[in-house]
Amino acid sequence: MKVAKDLVAASATPMVLGILAEGESYGYAILKRINELSGGELDWTEGLLYPLLHRLERLGHVESSWQSVTGERRRKYYRVTDKGLTELAEQRRQWDTVMDALKEIWHDRVPLTVNPLEGLA
Amino acid sequence: MTAENGRELEAQFAQWRQYVLRRKELQPVDADELEDHLRGSVDELVAVGLSPDEAFLVAVKRMGSLDELSREFAREHSERLWKQLVLTADTGSEVADTRSRRDLWAMVACAAGAVVSVKVPALFGLSFEDDGSFYARNFTLFALPWLAAFLAWRRNARRPLIAALVALFALGAVAANAYSLSDKSQSIVVTSIHLPIALWLVVGLAYVADDWRSFRRRMDFIRFTGEWLIYLVLMALGGGVLSAFLFNTFRAIGILPQEFISHWLVPCGAAAAFVVAGWLVEAKQSVVENIAPVLTRLFTPLFTAALLAFLVAVVLTSNGIDLDREALILFDLLLVVVLALLLYSLSARDPLAPPGPFDKLQLALVVSALAIDVLVLLEITGRITEYGGTPYKAAALGENVILLVNLAWSAWLLLTFIRRRTPFASLERWQTGYLPVYAGWAWIVVLVFPPLFGYV
Repeated sequence: MKVAKDLVAASATPMVLGILAEGESYGYAILKRINELSGGELDWTEGLLYPLLHRLERLGHVESSWQSVTGERRRKYYRVTDKGLTELAEQRRQWDTVMDALKEIWHDRVPLTVNPLEGLA
Repeated sequence: MTAENGRELEAQFAQWRQYVLRRKELQPVDADELEDHLRGSVDELVAVGLSPDEAFLVAVKRMGSLDELSREFAREHSERLWKQLVLTADTGSEVADTRSRRDLWAMVACAAGAVVSVKVPALFGLSFEDDGSFYARNFTLFALPWLAAFLAWRRNARRPLIAALVALFALGAVAANAYSLSDKSQSIVVTSIHLPIALWLVVGLAYVADDWRSFRRRMDFIRFTGEWLIYLVLMALGGGVLSAFLFNTFRAIGILPQEFISHWLVPCGAAAAFVVAGWLVEAKQSVVENIAPVLTRLFTPLFTAALLAFLVAVVLTSNGIDLDREALILFDLLLVVVLALLLYSLSARDPLAPPGPFDKLQLALVVSALAIDVLVLLEITGRITEYGGTPYKAAALGENVILLVNLAWSAWLLLTFIRRRTPFASLERWQTGYLPVYAGWAWIVVLVFPPLFGYV
């Protein structure tokens, strides 16, 4: 099972902000962390991550700095700002609402199974 | 990882980086960031036992296609597709940055020089109102030497060339001011028109400094001329809007700034614009699509239709062309426009492309212009034999002959090119080889005509 693209895109911002709230990080590590958290079910690409990080930076939710790691290699680290934390709190409130509603609907019901022949009857 | 492997891997990274940088959506900082990502991925794969080569391939594959990546980047950074001409372009490369910054300062210095030159005569009591004809004759002498200086500086012109430039501008100054011509004489009008042409071709000499015989460089100068003119017109429009706002806002508080506008803003702005336009063309060359060829494409069919309609009307009504002073200029200008249309489509054409319908259209344009020119020439020679020569008619006649020769031979070359007998380059060579003829004629008019016609 792979999570649908729309859902990945919708959850991208709180996901990245949430990871950065744990501490500053860089692109490759963020992607790895997402993989880890979702057991590889979330299909993130570099094309999704980096433009998103740049957008969050433009909006002032994160800030970045270049730091040198081993030898000549430089790495761009991102860190969440206060504005980003406010945004994260807001997004979290919205996601909680959505998840609570979904849980309410699904609560105590038998797991939905689809009878492939039902539509034909 | 052995040293050999490491070197190979580095080479692969370098190559990958080059691919990334070819996309204008991805800038050097993005390439840095993505490269770090790729390296992280490679390191991890090597750690689980892949060889560096394999790890690189897998990592690149995981990153997905660059097309998709740059599309995503373009969505966030759509401005990158537009804003390409920045005053001092931050290209990410140190050398190019210092170069463009030095260019900027040289341009500012030259523009300032032009502004000062315009105002220097005022120190000697020459005002715009009373000595209007002095300024009209000399205006290009204030601005163009500075543009030439900027270009010569950019190209590290050698001393002999600099000396030649200085000498030619000095000669221009002599031609404009040595003869005592009355303000209402025809000669002064003729000089005011031809001196800018002569001086512009001196600028051309500075432009092609490194290799003035090369017809490619001369073609570059023709391109430069077109773009320069367009920038100048755009800046003039902007200047007009600025002046209008300045005048009206100050008038609203009871101050009339017309003295400032007409004595300072307009002349100084125009002189500076000459240099700034040159700098803009140099800076944006190859960054933004050239606009002159685009205009040419749009207007060649329209002008062809207009000229053909005119010829048909002349034939149907059998009206002779009534050549008063304005009409003389008009027909000369018409030929200049036709020549410009021809030149700027030449300048944008791929020399190796086979002849197409547009070339035929151009032939039609040139032939109809030729037919009109013959009519005009007949009229002028008739007038000269009837009333005797004046500087005005002689200059107009000379221009007509020069343009006629040029267009006639161009038409012939176009025809043979369309019939695939001559390569396109011969047409290019003909046009660029003809540039000195214009220069020669313009200098003759400004230097020889006044004494020849007794300073009338």
